Amino acid sequence: MGTYLTAFIVGGIICVIGQLLFDLTPFTPGHILTGFTVGGGILGGFGLYDRLISFAGAGALLPISSFGNSLAKGAMSEAARTGILGILTGMFELTSTGITSAILFGFIMAVFFKPKG
Amino acid sequence: MQTLRVERKIGRQSVLLEKDVMLLSSATVAGPKESLGPLSADFDRSYKDNIIKEKSFEKAECHMLEEACYLALGKARLSPEDIDFFIAGDLLNQIVTATFCARKLAIPYLGIYGACSTLSEGLSLGAMLVEGGFAKHILVGTSSHNCSAERQFRYPTEYGYQKPGYSQWTATGAGAVVLGTNGQGPRVESITVGKIVDAGVKDPFALGVAMAAAAADTIYNHFLDLERDPTYYNIILTGDLGGIGKKLNEDILAGKGYDIQPNYTDCGVLLYYPHQKVDAGASGCAASALVFLGHFYRKMMAKELRKALLVATGALHSPTTVLQQESIPCIAHAVSLEI
Amino acid sequence: MDRNWINNWQRLKHPKPPLIKNIIYAFIFGGLICTFGQLILNIYISLGVPQQEAGNPTVATVIFIAASLTAAGVFDDIASIAGAGIAVPVTGFANSVTSMAIEFRREGLVTGTGSKMFALAGSVIVFGVVTAFVVGLISALI
Repeated sequence: MGTYLTAFIVGGIICVIGQLLFDLTPFTPGHILTGFTVGGGILGGFGLYDRLISFAGAGALLPISSFGNSLAKGAMSEAARTGILGILTGMFELTSTGITSAILFGFIMAVFFKPKG
Repeated sequence: MQTLRVERKIGRQSVLLEKDVMLLSSATVAGPKESLGPLSADFDRSYKDNIIKEKSFEKAECHMLEEACYLALGKARLSPEDIDFFIAGDLLNQIVTATFCARKLAIPYLGIYGACSTLSEGLSLGAMLVEGGFAKHILVGTSSHNCSAERQFRYPTEYGYQKPGYSQWTATGAGAVVLGTNGQGPRVESITVGKIVDAGVKDPFALGVAMAAAAADTIYNHFLDLERDPTYYNIILTGDLGGIGKKLNEDILAGKGYDIQPNYTDCGVLLYYPHQKVDAGASGCAASALVFLGHFYRKMMAKELRKALLVATGALHSPTTVLQQESIPCIAHAVSLEI
Repeated sequence: MDRNWINNWQRLKHPKPPLIKNIIYAFIFGGLICTFGQLILNIYISLGVPQQEAGNPTVATVIFIAASLTAAGVFDDIASIAGAGIAVPVTGFANSVTSMAIEFRREGLVTGTGSKMFALAGSVIVFGVVTAFVVGLISALI
């Protein structure tokens, strides 16, 4: 699942696309990262994002587009297994780690640290 | 029927003062970045950190404003009981810093919101109250804090993003000044109250450009109303246009036939060294408060400068109006000071 | 005041972002973060985590590191150089959550940290879910 070299190059290229959007469009970072997630979800729907992950490993796994892919994959696979209601039950199946750890670590940091400014 | 005669109003926007309403004393309290800047020697008190042992950035800002007020009172050898009105404002929602400071001072209080133009708005109102015989002493105060402003207007302070090169750094600090008629100091000679000018700028980082249009409008009308030109002043000082806004202000006024370049500068340009990573310069109420009340007030007291025009500029938007795609309305008030 | 004139002036005189420099930094930082992620991924795989599931602890580890850097007050300094290189990977997501959580701690754990935590990152989740719903629906109906 990916090598160090493919992870570096693919991860770097995805970030460069982000940087171009940051610098050349009037959109805020929020708009652009949301766009990445939507893009990842659509690529996931066609099964393309998983191919990118198997080629680039963490290079495709870590960018936020992977989050959209995981949501779509979770919804799709559960829907295939249990029918249309599976979209609702399977949605967060694969992304649980990311959201849970962000909430948990964010909360812990807020309890123990103050903003430095 | 008796018609009201307004004798001291000149032209459309200006007033000319007859009494000697003077800036009797001034005091400044500066934050950490400001204390490392080129004007560090001019501040009465400097803090090395931005929270100064308080529980929040808002409390720290209030602490600075209180301190500036007490320092200014001390220098004028006055106590809060001697002050008729306290006129103050800041950047935070519902001008809480000024209000909480007024709660402590217990002086009859008039809260104003002029964003970064607060200093000249406060000076204008205070001077007119003294001139009108409604007050003997007036205390004017203003403050801003980088972190409290950042979290209200932009992003949380620890959020990582790249600011555009034309953005400005909200200054941390506070300034206060006592107005009165008995004593020594630069006198408020005339005032030009600004109109709201909207240059159609929607980008909340491009405040220098948005405010420059207001500054140019006020300066132009000041010259028009009082029949003056830039050479009348030793120095013309805008509030917080930064490097880019300053250039635009010069260009607009040049287009109207006034070359202000030789004796013109901007507080936002002077407060920091270029290497302090502040992009286009300083902004915030504290920018004009620290630079004018700290640096130029001393220069006027030493009679190195005799005639100065202070034009503090403010961007009067809110995060809500920016998200609703409204353009940014701006204002500038000019106060002419002579000694 | 002529708005068009000012608009034009702004377009000509406003400093442009240093695009080449930003792209290089974004590529290097983004690449290095992903290479580091690959290292973590390989470590988890070598520890016996099945290959298909090794992504989960990797993401959690990277989020932990980003949250710690945010709490230490250095994430924003790195991000001002790295730009999209650190914002696009899940590090940016973790930073937006943690920075809000820390910043609004003083407004209370429930009314501040708890309620504001997803004020920035929330839109990523909302639009991700909406997209995934549409994608899932289409795939279920075909």
